[in-house]
Amino acid sequence: MLGWELPPHNSGGLGVACYQLCKALANKGVGVEFVLPYHADYSAIDFMRVHAAHPQGVKAILKSGIAYDSYKYIYEDGHEEWLSMHDQQMAYETAVGRMVEYLDFDVVHAHDWLTFRAGLRARQLSGKPLIVHVHSVEADRAGIEGGGNPLVREIEGLSFLMADRVIAVSELTKQTIIREYAIPADKIAVLHNSLDLEMMQPLSDSTTHTYLHALKNQGYRVVANVGRLTIQKGLPNLLYAAQKVIAKQPKTIFLIVGSGEQYQELLELAAELGISQNVIFTGFQRGAHWRDSFAVADLFVMPSVSEPFGLTPLEAIGYGTPSLVSYQSGVVEVLKNCLKVDFWDVDEMANQITAVISNDALRDELLKNAEEEYYQLSWHPAADKLHQWYEKHTFDYYGASAS
Amino acid sequence: MKAIVLYLHVHQPYRIRHYTIFDAGNQHNYFDAPYDAPESNERVIRKVAEKSYLPTNKVLLDLLNQHPQFKLSLSITGTLIEQLEQWAPDVLASFQALTNTGRVEIVAETYHHSLAFFYSRTEFERQVALHADKVQELFGQKPQVFRNTELAYNNDLAYWADKAGYKGILAEGWDPVLGWRSPNFVYQPTYTENIKLLLKNYRLSDDIAFRFGNTAWEGHPLTADKFTHWLGESGDATNFNLFMDYETFGEHQWEDTGIFAFLRALPDEWLRHQDHTFMTVSEIIDAHQPVDRVDMPHTVTWADTERDLTAWLGNKIQHQAITALYALESAVFAANDPALLADWRKLTTSDHFYYMCTKWFNDGDVHAYFSPYSSPYEAFINFMNAWHDLRYRLIKSGQEL
Repeated sequence: MLGWELPPHNSGGLGVACYQLCKALANKGVGVEFVLPYHADYSAIDFMRVHAAHPQGVKAILKSGIAYDSYKYIYEDGHEEWLSMHDQQMAYETAVGRMVEYLDFDVVHAHDWLTFRAGLRARQLSGKPLIVHVHSVEADRAGIEGGGNPLVREIEGLSFLMADRVIAVSELTKQTIIREYAIPADKIAVLHNSLDLEMMQPLSDSTTHTYLHALKNQGYRVVANVGRLTIQKGLPNLLYAAQKVIAKQPKTIFLIVGSGEQYQELLELAAELGISQNVIFTGFQRGAHWRDSFAVADLFVMPSVSEPFGLTPLEAIGYGTPSLVSYQSGVVEVLKNCLKVDFWDVDEMANQITAVISNDALRDELLKNAEEEYYQLSWHPAADKLHQWYEKHTFDYYGASAS
Repeated sequence: MKAIVLYLHVHQPYRIRHYTIFDAGNQHNYFDAPYDAPESNERVIRKVAEKSYLPTNKVLLDLLNQHPQFKLSLSITGTLIEQLEQWAPDVLASFQALTNTGRVEIVAETYHHSLAFFYSRTEFERQVALHADKVQELFGQKPQVFRNTELAYNNDLAYWADKAGYKGILAEGWDPVLGWRSPNFVYQPTYTENIKLLLKNYRLSDDIAFRFGNTAWEGHPLTADKFTHWLGESGDATNFNLFMDYETFGEHQWEDTGIFAFLRALPDEWLRHQDHTFMTVSEIIDAHQPVDRVDMPHTVTWADTERDLTAWLGNKIQHQAITALYALESAVFAANDPALLADWRKLTTSDHFYYMCTKWFNDGDVHAYFSPYSSPYEAFINFMNAWHDLRYRLIKSGQEL
């Protein structure tokens, strides 16, 4: 299994999905060798073996921050070097190529484009089947059809063609892959993400959002978004909608949790719209701050322009907050009891947000019914399907080499 | 004599268009969706007219002309009549052609197909009176038998109807209430003096209304011959109360299921026997003394497996919406603005609350088929935004709220 991150050293949903999927696979008796591009203490993980892929002579690779930041290489001779994400990807590929020789495996399973070159190398060297798992494609991240970095698009397109199977996290993503790369539909299987409820950090009696709770006691209502501040997430539209909501309901706070390249732009936009007093940017958060940001909210909004799956609305429900999500999100394929809006329809977004914050009965009814869906969530069906596909591809491989 | 008592309920609500909080205070046309929207009332009326009202009325008129013994009862809501006057006068004329035969009885109900009985007795009585006036004006009849919205019935309602002078009232023939008793007789409600009670035979009614087109049902295909044979198996019955939505014919059961052929053949088959006839609800009430008294302290409806009001009032948003609506009642009357009153009354129609039902939303079931909205929450948001606008208009007109 080739992955780019695992919690707690993760920047978003990719690491969480990989971790929980592997845990469910291990439960089915599947042995997983998980290869990361950096060093970290994963001694707490007992259901699979976690490796760091690195070039010879390197003592440690340290992650600096989020997925797209640079990596610090510490060599055995003591010197240090910073690698860009692109160089890091190359180094990972080379290192994975070496690991093929001594790791025992039947299938190569690679998550997202950063690991795809390594996956192709492993397939080439070992002849074992390659499954590429798509959590997002470049056009999603760029927020526009046909968009993004041409080098990344080339890696994605080539990998989808070369892989033995492509897995998409939603029907929406499957359609995106077909649209962007003309991959035959029958080569792409849909495997919806899920949520391991046991891994949800429980709420504690006290909140870390003291100020927001004080405001709520004054009749304020809180609307939250948790995610990277990047074009894919559609946050400018949320701020435009916020301006309309606040005009109707001045006692509304918009809580924006996360970091990313749009941070400054969004901050300035809030000021320009004259709503800075009602918009709170917390930066990137983990642990109790992260958890309580969901819990303090009356409504969670995910206005993504293109969201292959989108785990946060499900996490929000786990913390007692219903969701409004864009139709351009894979999660609407598995969650019925939420409000839905097109990401560009600012008026309708404002209309629905206003409805929830002016009516606790609507909030409570949405939550009650969403919770029924939430408690049905499990990775087991996904792991079962994946297990079957592993067996099929392994059989095809050994069958072919026997003949 | 054994009589089939066929009673059909005809109704359409004024569906609320996609109405946002930004419309509130600016535009008051809650019910004017664009023609191509799913909640366009004009489009629904025209569609149902072509699929159900016009072809069914043609069959019914033919049957009335062919069989002097063929009779039926209808209830037609005021909200439907208004829409027919506006968009389908041909349909209205075809209903009048039926009543002109003198063998089609109109049943009393609330003009707006509302649940007012449970929220405001005065408004309830006003809506019943409005309906009676409209029926008198268009069909030249004074209704004698009462049915409440969704057949929502309890002892209180029967007591009210008795005092109001109705000779009969309709309810669901629900087993937990009836026990060993059969719905195929005339009854009397407890605590009443004169009024009689007719109970829907839901098994036979649902064979037509729900199961008719279901190819997996053991009774499929249902022919008039087979159906009258089933009726014949009930030895000492006096009446078979077949109560159902009129839209069963052509809309709930499409023409290709053979539903029209069934209706056309039913009188022929049934009337083969000399001892068989058809009666309107008043006729069967006049023809028989009650065999027993029936006690229904709790409200029973003809909906869902629970037969209660939870499809309309089962969750918080439904309660919130209906409570908020009736809270405006006195201000709406004080404002003395006919347009405002008409809009408020259109919002009392029970369908609005039905669209907010979340009971089986997760399974995507029968409720979804009847809703023009993508979710119960969307239905609630549109409704409450219209409510906000009503409140805005009341404040503008100087009402204290």
